[in-house]
Amino acid sequence: MRFAVLVFPGSNCDMDLLWAVKDILGEEAEYVRHDADSLAGFDGVLIPGGFSYGDYLRCGAIARFSKVISEVIRLADEGKPIFGTCNGFQILTEAGLLPGALLRNESLHFVCKTTRLKVANNQTNFTSEYQENEVIELPVAHGEGNYYCDDATLKQLKENQQIVFTYADENPNGSLANIAGIINEKGNVLGMMPHPERAVERLLGSDDGLRFFKSIVKNYGKSRADA
Amino acid sequence: MMKGKEPTPQEIKEQRIYAEWGLTDEEYRMIEQDILKRMPNYTETGLFSVMWSEHCSYKNSKPVLRKFPTSGPQVIQGPGEGAGIVDIGDGQAVVFKAESHNHPSAVEPYEGAATGVGGIIRDIFSMGARPIAILDSLRFGELTNQRTNYLLEEIVAGISGYGNCIGIPTVGGEIAFDPCYEDNPLVNAMCVGLIDHKDIQKGQAKGVGNVVMYVGAKTGRDGIHGATFASEEFVAGEEQQRSAVQVGDPFMEKLLLEACLELILEHADILVGIQDMGAAGLVSSSAEMASKAGSGLILELDNVPQRETGMTPYEMMLSESQERMLICVEKGHEAEVVALFKKYELDAVSIGIVTDDGLYRLNHNGVEVANLPVDALAEDAPVYNKERKVPARIENFEKQADFHPNILNGTETLLRLLQQPTIASKKMIYETYDAQVRTNTVVLPGSDAAVLRVRGTKKALAMTTDCNARYLYLNPEIGGQIAVAEAARNIVASGGQPLAITDCLNYGSPDKPEGFWELWTSADGIAKACEVLETPVISGNVSLYNETNGKAIYPTPVIGMVGLITDLSHITTQEFKHAGDLIYLIGETKADFNGSELQKMMLGFIEGKLMDFDLSIEKDIQQFVLTAIKAGVIESAHDCSEGGLAIALVESAFKNEFGMDVAVDTPTALLFSETQSRFIVSIRPDNQALLEEMSQRNAQFLGKVTDTGVIEIQTNDQKISIMTQKAKELWEEAIPCLMK
Repeated sequence: MRFAVLVFPGSNCDMDLLWAVKDILGEEAEYVRHDADSLAGFDGVLIPGGFSYGDYLRCGAIARFSKVISEVIRLADEGKPIFGTCNGFQILTEAGLLPGALLRNESLHFVCKTTRLKVANNQTNFTSEYQENEVIELPVAHGEGNYYCDDATLKQLKENQQIVFTYADENPNGSLANIAGIINEKGNVLGMMPHPERAVERLLGSDDGLRFFKSIVKNYGKSRADA
Repeated sequence: MMKGKEPTPQEIKEQRIYAEWGLTDEEYRMIEQDILKRMPNYTETGLFSVMWSEHCSYKNSKPVLRKFPTSGPQVIQGPGEGAGIVDIGDGQAVVFKAESHNHPSAVEPYEGAATGVGGIIRDIFSMGARPIAILDSLRFGELTNQRTNYLLEEIVAGISGYGNCIGIPTVGGEIAFDPCYEDNPLVNAMCVGLIDHKDIQKGQAKGVGNVVMYVGAKTGRDGIHGATFASEEFVAGEEQQRSAVQVGDPFMEKLLLEACLELILEHADILVGIQDMGAAGLVSSSAEMASKAGSGLILELDNVPQRETGMTPYEMMLSESQERMLICVEKGHEAEVVALFKKYELDAVSIGIVTDDGLYRLNHNGVEVANLPVDALAEDAPVYNKERKVPARIENFEKQADFHPNILNGTETLLRLLQQPTIASKKMIYETYDAQVRTNTVVLPGSDAAVLRVRGTKKALAMTTDCNARYLYLNPEIGGQIAVAEAARNIVASGGQPLAITDCLNYGSPDKPEGFWELWTSADGIAKACEVLETPVISGNVSLYNETNGKAIYPTPVIGMVGLITDLSHITTQEFKHAGDLIYLIGETKADFNGSELQKMMLGFIEGKLMDFDLSIEKDIQQFVLTAIKAGVIESAHDCSEGGLAIALVESAFKNEFGMDVAVDTPTALLFSETQSRFIVSIRPDNQALLEEMSQRNAQFLGKVTDTGVIEIQTNDQKISIMTQKAKELWEEAIPCLMK
């Protein structure tokens, strides 16, 4: 599988994502700049964490107007897997590919720690390698990860099982319904605040994130076999 | 500022305007009579005033710095460049330096701290290295007034704001609290980078006709005279110079970092030299680049990218606007550089050329506004041998009887000690730092040293900052030795071989003989320890005049140390790993309470003669622990520091919430003694014979790790018994509670 790892001015987890899918998982992955015209030839898109455009104006608000985003939308429409972590999640909400918004953490402080997450929906192309309701450990590192949406959207998210990850015990940012990650209705665009790419080696504390990327690759392979 | 109405050379001399900028009458005389043989104009006087400030010239500290050992087989680059460089094998090297940003942080804490981080990062990538980690060492007054709480909150926010955004993990450091820092908080930031030998750069401008280019953010009026400001003390009633503080933009620096590294790694053939525009901005970077190479320079100031209109040469040269670098490029290749930086949406502008006449010339609006020998600004700044005098307190301390605490309730003493801010958990603070970005951090904040793996190899780097300034207050020489030794102990406890140090020498005014004596004497201690422990000084910085209303901080030479872990399997952390493991104390305990956390807690102040300290014992103990770690005998290792054995033991139990069953045949008080050269280690029971044999009687059996969740320590007069969870809660809640 061939991944595009997007690089915006100010992205800083781009290398971590590339390392996770390329060096640890052995898949193909390449950096693609924010001003690229085309994502032709890529099977999936990974949007890294960081501070695109310095988080100026609002997290993800400027990146969302980058040239490459129209290509991301095209791939999303084609059903290809799109994943955004942290700033990537913020960009996906700003681009309208996912509902809701990420507000400042309730504590008003940046928080970097390992959180316990519940896999609330393991019937997605991103989480099929996890058990239902399994509790996993992934790091978070953000100042604005407090997920919010209106009541109607929340109702819809619940009804469609679009809430994929929730904070299992301590909620690090005050998000609505303890939401840590959500998926679009179609099931191919997922955004989450925690960083699965930071948890792919035991050496660094946890490899619970490995199965996240394995799920993407496995399901992509399956979809190709079916087609 | 003074547009169109700059004072004439005559006025500068007669009205002694130079004195307002920190130049002495004698220094002015040297400039006029020995160097220029004419009166300096306004711009030239400004150039001299910043370049001859302590901050840039080290005029007061140079004789002190000469004491330090700076070479060794591992050293590739010692002091003198943006940062020092040490070999770590396989054609790789580690680059590091620490720098203080105390004065700006006292006045404008968020931006002061943020730009301190930004500045030290630029020093690292100016060498061609990829910055991989940040550490910070902070000092504050007691958390008993709102101002101190505000300073802590804002300084930490500044560090986190800058480091998190630029995407370099903040992995370690230390924070201590004492009343002497109330008006003079210390903010020392250290950055560590990784480089291949072949990519090492120098800050030089050479080759006649080569082009000097300005890259990065535009120049504004911020930070003018920042270096002079940092070389003065604060006085009550005087307005604090907020305009001398710069404002940081980490996003801009991220772009600059990536652009400069691309230039260095992919266009080495056209790059002659690169240097950060740090303290004293454009003048300092350009004069140093030319002076080091024995060249001259002509700068066209009309070409300097400006953020504000109508800036004078004086303002442009002295501005400390952030996120700017100066590079020297082979003639004819300017367009390539412009194109490269444009890709990152950054300015790259030719502002001057290299000459061979040793002159530093500035043109503005078609007029030559400065013309002076470049060495006069950089290399030939005056050097002073200040007067030294032993402070009265030191003589009194030597005569005093030792402090002998009477511990009635060991359990209560232990719990109270755990809540002293200097000992209490700093989790609330380090959790606001992204410690994991770039996925190399193996040991996160909270253990003895932070550890980062070197990707693609079996190696890792351990790094720490340390200084117990209370010991230096009692005895600067031994305190200086201990600061280095403790840093090395932290590296060793993590499984690393100490390689070298960087230092931030934070002191009061050198103009007072007692103040200069402290600096002078502690440097002797640091130098001795560096020699014995074979950790040369490869970089650093000096921050003097940390005093307010005549009251100085404790002498605080913060030691930043990096060590090499040769195999990932040697990485060791402080926490106990399994119930049933045996706990040993390595090293001997004596009744050393003067300057201890216990004395501070019980008396409210520290006093007395500092403990004896033997560097050769220290070295032996460290070598033994490192050998045992490498032999795979050790499960956990933790150095005994503030609060002594008792604190080291309970800290080892906290992470996994183990209990322990420990017995010592000494009075309870000795649990809190701060004798140096000690480690707590735990081992698997089947390694007992091996450890005892290896240790040559240096290891004392203390007891066992248990799964009861209860800490039990039997002394020969009391039994301490506490739930681990409860002790941990008090330890973790202490600072958040004081911050409320």
